[in-house]
Amino acid sequence: MEGLHHDTMLEGNENKKGQDAEVESLPQNSHENPDESKTDYSTFPVNKELSIEAKIDLFRQMVRIRRFEERSLRAYQQGHIGGFLHLYIGQEAVAVGSVSCLSDDDHIITAYRDHGHALAVGMGMDECMAELFGKRTGCSKGKGGSMHFFAPDKNFWGGHGIVGGQTPLGLGMAYSIKYQGKKGSCLCFMGDGATNQGPFYESLNLAALWELPVIYIIENNGYSMGTSESRHSAGEPLARRADAFDIDWSVIHGHDIYEVRKSISDALQKAHDACRPTVLEIITYRYRGHSVADPDQTYRSKEEIEEYKKSKDPINLFKSTLIDEGVFNEENALEIDRQAKDEADASVNFSLASPFPDPKELMDDVYWETDNPSQKTSEGTMFFETN
Amino acid sequence: MALITYREALNQALSEEIKRDKSVVLMGEEVAQFKGSYKVSEGMLEKFGSDRIIDTPISEAAFSGLAVGAAMMGMRPVVEFMFWSFCYVAFDQIFNNAASIRYMSGGLINVPIVFRGPANGGTNVGATHSHTPENFAANTPGLKVICPSTPADAKGMLKSAIRDNDPVCVMENTILYNLRDEVPEEDDFTIPLGKSKVVREGNDLSIIAHGNAVHTSILVAQTLEEKYQVSVEVLDLRSIRPLDTESILSSVRKTNRVLLVEENKPFCGIDAQICFLIQDQAFDYLDAPIKRVSAIDVPQAYSKALESVQIPDHDRVLAKALELI
Repeated sequence: MEGLHHDTMLEGNENKKGQDAEVESLPQNSHENPDESKTDYSTFPVNKELSIEAKIDLFRQMVRIRRFEERSLRAYQQGHIGGFLHLYIGQEAVAVGSVSCLSDDDHIITAYRDHGHALAVGMGMDECMAELFGKRTGCSKGKGGSMHFFAPDKNFWGGHGIVGGQTPLGLGMAYSIKYQGKKGSCLCFMGDGATNQGPFYESLNLAALWELPVIYIIENNGYSMGTSESRHSAGEPLARRADAFDIDWSVIHGHDIYEVRKSISDALQKAHDACRPTVLEIITYRYRGHSVADPDQTYRSKEEIEEYKKSKDPINLFKSTLIDEGVFNEENALEIDRQAKDEADASVNFSLASPFPDPKELMDDVYWETDNPSQKTSEGTMFFETN
Repeated sequence: MALITYREALNQALSEEIKRDKSVVLMGEEVAQFKGSYKVSEGMLEKFGSDRIIDTPISEAAFSGLAVGAAMMGMRPVVEFMFWSFCYVAFDQIFNNAASIRYMSGGLINVPIVFRGPANGGTNVGATHSHTPENFAANTPGLKVICPSTPADAKGMLKSAIRDNDPVCVMENTILYNLRDEVPEEDDFTIPLGKSKVVREGNDLSIIAHGNAVHTSILVAQTLEEKYQVSVEVLDLRSIRPLDTESILSSVRKTNRVLLVEENKPFCGIDAQICFLIQDQAFDYLDAPIKRVSAIDVPQAYSKALESVQIPDHDRVLAKALELI
């Protein structure tokens, strides 16, 4: 598993400076390798207190993302979707686990692999699929596409196409929350590749310097496009780079949704109570290529993918956990899966039936002012040679 | 009306808007404790405190992006670039994020932000500090761009820019910071974006310019009138996008001869667009080909001996005007 980070010893600097007495302590403090098999994250209050319905809902959200992504892949192959399509399959526990911990003043922003986060915050499959189809009923009216989903009413600020470009934006959200005196945070998701972009470090510096409630979540799926971590990054783990700014960091498993929830809720507490940033590196894996146009055979083996699917698939693992806990049975899980497939199929039908945007709409949504002519304050020509 | 400098006019605009609206903050390198690299924000830290006047590290990408993020959430940040030249390390934040997020979100999100600072050559600081990116910005749908040339315009247009719900790039000029002129004092004094100004009326030739080139053009107009008995109209564009196309065309229809002057480099400069506009919509009114003077097309030179030749000066503009009459 060249470059794959999944066997890396998980580490973190949490508590090592003795600052986190108020935060429930992790068993894998300092740099000791946590024994994954012995740490039962279901026993931490954040998970223990989950109702049966809430647990089932976590499962359902993950399954919905999986089925949505699979269905969108098929639609892409059928020629209904153009451009890029970056699928989240394999990483579902990260978005669902993280978003499930948020309260009203917590916001999220992510990169271009954004469908999972969008569904996790409550965006509908219809509006997401229709956006992929470039339809008028899409969440961005067909103007954003796969990489640019937004739902500000659900505290979801995109969907950003440039690697690392969202890291200062997430910082700005955290700044705005603090400026307004709210007890909130911004979860800024990024990939392992984004840790090599300069603005990320500028942002870490400001996050620490200005004590901003931002949580950078590195979804480390082992590859920045087709370049494995061992070929793109010096120094492991990636999150350790936060040490340079005295920012708490840790590395956690992304296939265990309970572990994700535990780490996110600790980071949220620090953000809410002390306005302190955190960097979390969540080890995960994508089953599909970087985008669906990626042949996915030049840089990793089929065996590597199969091995992860077999031993660490987040949905299968959580299903087993819930069955073991007596929350539901295999039949219930199948029914949830069936519903998710139906919902995904329905979203395709919705998208097929939806109209494309009218060419006249090309000029809308560029400027607030040209969209609101009655409140216009400027004069002059805004668009040129539009014929 | 008070007689104040361009610098003081900017300070007044910022102060009035910060006082008026709690969502307005000023951030940038050296804006607070140092009182601004060019002293534009002098006295503001004392008046408004460090929550509103915010010193940043030298991290243009991070603080520009931070401000865009805050604007998406409803704040109205004013980002000062010590030089607009430094926006190049924040290019993604301005040209991708600030400019496109409204469009990519199908109009769900506004970005009411102001990026401002000096964008000019002529101060012998070499190529890296002398960029005039008004054409880059104006080439990007989603951004608005203004280049005020007088203290009153600086105040009235900056105030409009801060109140605007779209991202506005305000390109100032260090050479003009000490320019003193009359400026209205009332709090509600604003000048709309997209409105040019005839700064000198004339009948024989239109000189169309923006920024410091307006002042050069006025001097040339005086010479032309005094020495050559040519009546010259000088039109100050003030705003690049939106552009006051109507006033450009009416001046051309009136004088039938046009000279375009800018301190930007020529290739794909603002005046290339204006030249297209005139030939497209007022071709029949032209009695001569449109002429153009811009900065000499090389990286900005350091030496005074070179840079003074590079930027359009009185004599170069005059020579070109004389070709037209």
